Amino acid sequence: MDKVEITREIDARGSYCPGPMMELIRVMRSAAVGDVIAVLSSDQGSKRDIPKWTAKASQEFIGVEELEGYDRIVVRKVK
Amino acid sequence: MAENKRMSLVVFNGTVDKLYPVAIMASGAVMNDMEVDIFLTFWGLMPFRKGEPYKVTQVSKDYDQMGDEMMRIMKEKNVPSWYDTLLQAKELGNIRIHACAMTVDLFGLTMEDFEPVIDDIIGVGEFVDMAGDSDTTLFI
Repeated sequence: MDKVEITREIDARGSYCPGPMMELIRVMRSAAVGDVIAVLSSDQGSKRDIPKWTAKASQEFIGVEELEGYDRIVVRKVK
Repeated sequence: MAENKRMSLVVFNGTVDKLYPVAIMASGAVMNDMEVDIFLTFWGLMPFRKGEPYKVTQVSKDYDQMGDEMMRIMKEKNVPSWYDTLLQAKELGNIRIHACAMTVDLFGLTMEDFEPVIDDIIGVGEFVDMAGDSDTTLFI
């Protein structure tokens, strides 16, 4: 995950469910295929919701990094 | 492509503690690419009158004692209003918001009296038909 170049980072820390997930959906809509989006989220639902959503939306889930008090969740737009 | 799954919500309550789950469930449906039909009836319709959405602060009688504290915490933690949450979900997904014809008639209201977020006024027959065709229906 260290080698992946992030196109855009969404800082959704402090925002509650469904905030971070909805922000990600909004950004993914306008992103280009190949863009890598990182979401910073302190909400406990995100690290489960986002991988499930990427699978369902046929996007690529790259990984979750657990940091101090928040997670950094990385996905790639593939279609 | 297969037709999207659908969720129907009957919103009978107009207190803020019930309007939050409406907005959040609708958001969850959008995340899952589900279409949503929201039927606003009786007290659930009142917060959608012009100028009302941001004024709703009352919680259900059952939780009355905790109401002020809940609103204080929400404000302190910068939780977006139920209405902004619903508007965001509607902007990102396929959500239709219907006013109940009986309630509209009973209270002498017209489309002019509502926020533009309401798509139309429909009767219960049409809504139950939508609910019957959807994959899940919630009464809130």
